[in-house]
Amino acid sequence: MIQWLLVAVIVAATTIADVLQSREMKRVGSLWSAGASWSGLAALLHRPLLIASVAAMTISFIAFMILLSVADLSFAVPATAATYVIETVLARFVLREHVCYRRWAGALLVACGVALLV
Amino acid sequence: MRLKIHVLALLVILANVLGNFLLSLGMKAYMAGAQPRALLYVKAFFSPVVLFGVALLIVWMLSRMTLMSWADLSFILPVTSIGYVLSAVMGKLFLAEDISNKRWIGTLLIMAGTLVVSFTRPRTHKAGPA
Repeated sequence: MIQWLLVAVIVAATTIADVLQSREMKRVGSLWSAGASWSGLAALLHRPLLIASVAAMTISFIAFMILLSVADLSFAVPATAATYVIETVLARFVLREHVCYRRWAGALLVACGVALLV
Repeated sequence: MRLKIHVLALLVILANVLGNFLLSLGMKAYMAGAQPRALLYVKAFFSPVVLFGVALLIVWMLSRMTLMSWADLSFILPVTSIGYVLSAVMGKLFLAEDISNKRWIGTLLIMAGTLVVSFTRPRTHKAGPA
């Protein structure tokens, strides 16, 4: 039970981190396009949502380490793949990306795989 | 360049699988049979094996970012998805984990899902400041 609770924390924190990071980085534009500089990189530190994404990633990593202390490696690594499924849904409805049927099919396969880990 | 990409892809896979393996090894060694207390977790986080695992995961993150600048995501996703299977193999061989057929099938399905996603276009709309 505690294992799935930790997986839920990891999946939620990773999803929040990735969605925030993707949203913010798209707003910034390509980091290495013409005119990119160290001051440009430093400006990233002034984006609160990007900082929040790093905090969420930290929470996810700590929860992953705790999960590894109570669960098998062969459970922990694939279980965290559940993020693919939730992130695909959020990419479609929050980031408004176009998600084609192949991506939905891929996410569905991942979801089935995670369900089999139970 | 082709060889460079393949060597880097191998580094990405190995750093991820070995990093996760060392985290698992270190955390279990510290926490086995102990009452889960915050201070013990902090000690475990800073044990040499776990720190080496974290270092490898930093190598993984940096090498993956570099690989992303050299190769398509549609190449990186399927190639690195083998990491799911290799993690299970490491668990079976070196951590004496008992892996059921159901779990093997689940792991392979996750890898298959990643492969299917990699056959899609990596970018579906124009980038740029919103």
